[in-house]
Amino acid sequence: MGKKSLSTFPSASQEMPQKLWRFWIVMAGLTLMLLWGVVLGVNMGSVSIGAGQVFSLIGQALRLWIQNLLPGGDPQPLQQLLASSTESRILFSIRLPRILLSAVLGGALSVSGLLLQTFFQNPIAGPFVLGISSGAKLVVGITLIFLSGYLPVISSGILMLSSFAGSLLIMAVVLLFSQRVRSMSVLLVIGIMVGYICSAVTDFSITFASEHEIVNLTSWSMGSFSGANWQNLSFSAGICLAGFIGALLLHKPMTAYALGEEYARSLGVPIKAFRAALILLSSLLSACVTAFAGPISFVGIAVPHITRSLLKTSRPLLVIPATFLCGAVFCLFCDLIARTIFAPTELAIGTVTSAFGAPVVIYMMLKRRSRQQLA
Amino acid sequence: MAYLQTQNLSVGYTERPLIRDICLSVERGQILTLIGPNGAGKSTILKTLTRQLQKLGGVITLDGQDLHRLPPQSLARQLSVVLTGRIHPELMTCQEVVATGRYPYTGLMGRLTESDRCIVRDALEQVHGLELASRQFDTLSDGQRQRVLLARALCQQPQVMVLDEPTAYLDIRYKIELLNLLRQLARERGIAVVMSLHEIDLAAKVSDTLVCVKGETIERLGTPEEILTGDAVGALYDISRGSYDLLMGSVELEKPSGEAKIFVVGGAGYGIPCYRVLQKHGVAFSAGILMENDLEVEVAKALTQPQNLILSPAFEPISRESYQAAASLVSRSEGIIDAGTPVGSWNRCNQELLALAVAKKIPVFAGWRQWMYSGLKNIVK
Repeated sequence: MGKKSLSTFPSASQEMPQKLWRFWIVMAGLTLMLLWGVVLGVNMGSVSIGAGQVFSLIGQALRLWIQNLLPGGDPQPLQQLLASSTESRILFSIRLPRILLSAVLGGALSVSGLLLQTFFQNPIAGPFVLGISSGAKLVVGITLIFLSGYLPVISSGILMLSSFAGSLLIMAVVLLFSQRVRSMSVLLVIGIMVGYICSAVTDFSITFASEHEIVNLTSWSMGSFSGANWQNLSFSAGICLAGFIGALLLHKPMTAYALGEEYARSLGVPIKAFRAALILLSSLLSACVTAFAGPISFVGIAVPHITRSLLKTSRPLLVIPATFLCGAVFCLFCDLIARTIFAPTELAIGTVTSAFGAPVVIYMMLKRRSRQQLA
Repeated sequence: MAYLQTQNLSVGYTERPLIRDICLSVERGQILTLIGPNGAGKSTILKTLTRQLQKLGGVITLDGQDLHRLPPQSLARQLSVVLTGRIHPELMTCQEVVATGRYPYTGLMGRLTESDRCIVRDALEQVHGLELASRQFDTLSDGQRQRVLLARALCQQPQVMVLDEPTAYLDIRYKIELLNLLRQLARERGIAVVMSLHEIDLAAKVSDTLVCVKGETIERLGTPEEILTGDAVGALYDISRGSYDLLMGSVELEKPSGEAKIFVVGGAGYGIPCYRVLQKHGVAFSAGILMENDLEVEVAKALTQPQNLILSPAFEPISRESYQAAASLVSRSEGIIDAGTPVGSWNRCNQELLALAVAKKIPVFAGWRQWMYSGLKNIVK
């Protein structure tokens, strides 16, 4: 009796193209917003640069840069262009790297949140609420205090490593608890408490540290994209790209995992390896962000949720790239606001992301509570 | 050798086995059902069979191969599951939920080919769920969810399907529908089905083999006809306050205690509502005179003390001895309920019983309603 249906329902995938349409529209919309944000970000500030000038400068720089890559290229014209005027110096050495860094890290943070939510099978999970960002801050703080005595400059690699170590450390603690605690709300409370403990230890070491040791830490822990330069942009972009590709490669088991661990195992998903991969990738991404921009709250929870609502699906293959793009747009605009709204005073990026992200999270909690699915 | 077989299997969550020496076997096209009280370990056995839990000893073979040595993918192509816990996939359509069953067949990118899509659709069609295809899974009713999850399991094109309490959360209509479907799948696709059920009456009707799980080992195993005899159900579930009638599949609550104050003159099923009303009010009663093959005999036996039930051999007029015994019970009663059973030549004695009560000025109530509304306040103080 099953065979008859094949003729009566000719289009097996009636609804798939519709979802794909939605996906491409969302992606196009986000890309346009990203471009708009880049132009706006470059444009705005104490020295305003006209949009036309922005395009011509970027166009020229791109052309020269590509020529540079070709054999026999000459780096001279590019250097000249970059230093040719105040505008181009501001554009190329301050604003552009900062904008791109905020976009890349925003995307990475969102994908990191998405992976954590997949891991815990709960959309409220995120690197910040589980105390992972605070753990990273703790280890970065201790590293800064101890090493600043021996090294004149703390390189981004060291920051990155210590932030990664801190993330993994707290992740391990939270995982240990999650073995014993089945309820997600209890786990979240534990995560928040662990975060407070980390902050307490950080504050404690700051109290006894001398001024010059912690000057870095204070500005770092405020959370900001202001330290951006081309070097750490390319470094973090490389890591985030690797993490992003890794996440995309996991999309197939992620789809199966959406039905829960037991169904996934019955489908042949190697659960342990898969969960380890999720955690490592997520830690790598959030550590990278925390190392370069300090702890940034709520992006990891809010953006994946916004993305899923936009796409009206949770298919990982579509959600992962859209989340990255959406996170990039979100952080780019948040940074723009942080930088310009009370100029010349700059807000911490976390202040702005919380202001926009926390209401989204509250809304989600309420919606889920009404469906009796939290915990 | 049977398709799925266990030899001296031990299962449990920790090192200490919960159940030992499990020897089961299922052929393709057959249904094996585990029955037994809550917490007996039915789910533990099923989880071990599906490799969700490590076995603690013994061997499970699937098509002659050691189940615990199969690579995950080839196990997933042969065995699929329907689990008892609720799942909450967000923003997934039923089609997408069902399509996860194609996981063991798709490549690295998980792309569904046209034939994969046909299989998904075919599975949905089989469970009469095509119209659900584009609905969000979390908007479905329990009955619909279970059908979609069954389609998902089907989509894996298994030879063995393992279901843990598939009828939990379902109302009776969906229970029947689901079990019909399982029987059909076993018959038409040659799938071996292993499941656990709480409803013994349904288990008896759908299964080829029943397995009673209780205590440290499998208590009994066999066809429903072999297993469900006498008071097997009462013993398996330790029913002491109440009873379970295997033939009718009906449940009776605890019989009222104390001295019988009411005599019910019944027969042909007319007495059943009277017995149940009296049970609800906790009034002990006697009943008679019933032919031994009367359809209400099992209910009467479940709700009265043996000495208070007067039975007479079937297919012949009621004997004088039975009448004498009933008459003595009637004279000791404080009320008589005439259930309204038609009187024929074989049960004419029952009419004499009613006449006797009238002569002795014992109140006679026509049916249980009259007793409840007028007689109850006189009897129960």
